[in-house]
Amino acid sequence: MERDKSALQQKRNKDLKKGLAIFLFLLPGLLLFVSILIAPIVVSLYTSLLDWNGNTKGTFIGLANYTELFTNGSIKFMISLKNSLILALFSVFIQLPLALLLALILGRKPKGERFYLTVFFMPVLISTVVIGQLWLKIYNPDYGILNRFLGAIHLENLQHIWVGDPKTALGSIVVPTIWQYVGYHMLLMYAGVKGVSPDLREAAMIDGATKWQTDRFIVIPIIKPIIRVSVIFAVTGSLKTYDLVRILTDGGPYQTTEVPSTLLENMLFLRNRYGMGSTISVMLIALCFAFALLISAAFKEKDK
Amino acid sequence: MVGKKKTFVYILLVIWTIINLFPIYFMFTFSLKGNDEIFGENVVGLPRHWLWSNYTSALGTGNMALYFFNSLLVTAVSIAISIMAAMMATYALTRIKWKLSKLTTAFFMLGLTIPLQASIVPVYVVLSRLHMLNKYSTLIVPYSAFTLSMSILICTGFMVDIPYDLDEAAIIDGCGLFGTFFKIIMPLMKPALSTIGIYAYLQCWNEFMFANVFISDAKHRTLPVGIKALSGAYTTDWGPIGAALVIATFPTLITYVALSRKIQDSFIAGAVKG
Repeated sequence: MERDKSALQQKRNKDLKKGLAIFLFLLPGLLLFVSILIAPIVVSLYTSLLDWNGNTKGTFIGLANYTELFTNGSIKFMISLKNSLILALFSVFIQLPLALLLALILGRKPKGERFYLTVFFMPVLISTVVIGQLWLKIYNPDYGILNRFLGAIHLENLQHIWVGDPKTALGSIVVPTIWQYVGYHMLLMYAGVKGVSPDLREAAMIDGATKWQTDRFIVIPIIKPIIRVSVIFAVTGSLKTYDLVRILTDGGPYQTTEVPSTLLENMLFLRNRYGMGSTISVMLIALCFAFALLISAAFKEKDK
Repeated sequence: MVGKKKTFVYILLVIWTIINLFPIYFMFTFSLKGNDEIFGENVVGLPRHWLWSNYTSALGTGNMALYFFNSLLVTAVSIAISIMAAMMATYALTRIKWKLSKLTTAFFMLGLTIPLQASIVPVYVVLSRLHMLNKYSTLIVPYSAFTLSMSILICTGFMVDIPYDLDEAAIIDGCGLFGTFFKIIMPLMKPALSTIGIYAYLQCWNEFMFANVFISDAKHRTLPVGIKALSGAYTTDWGPIGAALVIATFPTLITYVALSRKIQDSFIAGAVKG
């Protein structure tokens, strides 16, 4: 009897100790994660329902911010959404195919494979702010190399005030974005291509498939999960764009190139509308998750 | 026919190489030129007079030396915190048996999809009310938090590969859970450090939105915010801006060229496992 009790006590002590250890090991991570990511999202959900300038307590206005976001044209949210989606379209339909093409080519072990791989990944490592500044110099209407190049080949009529003209401003953001991240997607896809067993390739070749047919019918289906990840990254990345817009156009001219993140910042610093700022950030999270799920579902649907 | 295709492939590779390298080359050359060359006839050539003074003005009056130091400090401390917190959490999640470990892991993995923008309003309000804007910790804490999920993911990949017999042997030898973690597991996690470090480095070193919103005082600016400020100050003088861009970029690029395979593998590990 006595012994049973003490054994039970011991086990309880041991469990307690283990529980405490688990708690202590998780504590630093949980503190960071909950205080910076989870709690703010919960708070944002609430403050998105407020008319609030950040200083006072704010008044509860229900979903008014959300309806205003979509109906009040002066907020420019619909334009910002359109811009992000255009960016996403270019990423998915120009950047990713280019990345896939390069990955497939490098997967065939051309001469200088390592060299090309290393060079193509370089832009990924450069800060977006640096890239923005660099392209500003390229786009500069008076001294930029783009206009000078056009002048040199006598295409003066194509010269533009690239980032200042509403017709070309968004395009001048799209180009460096694509340029920077082709290498990133290429690297992921290349890793997938390299993972395809050489036996499979050989078998296809013996069956008379050309290299392109092998890529099309053997390699691409195998690396589909990676392509899915790339599509998700490209779309959510476009929704989250901030750096290049701030640097290149600052949302201008006439707010035609605003994206949700720049609007979010404007709400805080130019308009003192913290409630609306929260609304935009809630919308961004929701859109990122929704698109991630949608894209995953679309890929599953195709597999059937 | 086959020869033609091959030529086409190589032409494509070479063109894309040029498109990738040209902006970097352009940045480097104009960082060493004066306005007369940049705005005059020598736009894309090598500098005729190598103007290293652009670098002294960027580092000195342009404050790039300070911004560089700030970026280094913020990045290094953020990575250290993220790695330590991630290793501890991963240990509890993968090597101690308890009921909710799977669920807790899934909870941490939410962080992989949550955008930085999600927390910006509440974090900004709290920090400004507590007068905690414009400090190093203003950036270090969020950066550690936002790199945490990926760090845990990478750590898990490495930690499950360590034989579980080691833990049992350590416990039999009288090591507690803490002893096992610090004396047995941590030393074996060295290979994970570089992978996490590389991944987190890029996120922190290049991060612009938080830094731009949370840091307004010049003393605590990191490189991206510093470069933005510098380009505002030197609108007509491109040389020092070029120098600033090179200072912010070339240390990364040179390290990359030296360690390219390791760095590429880290990115693949990070993304494919995610």
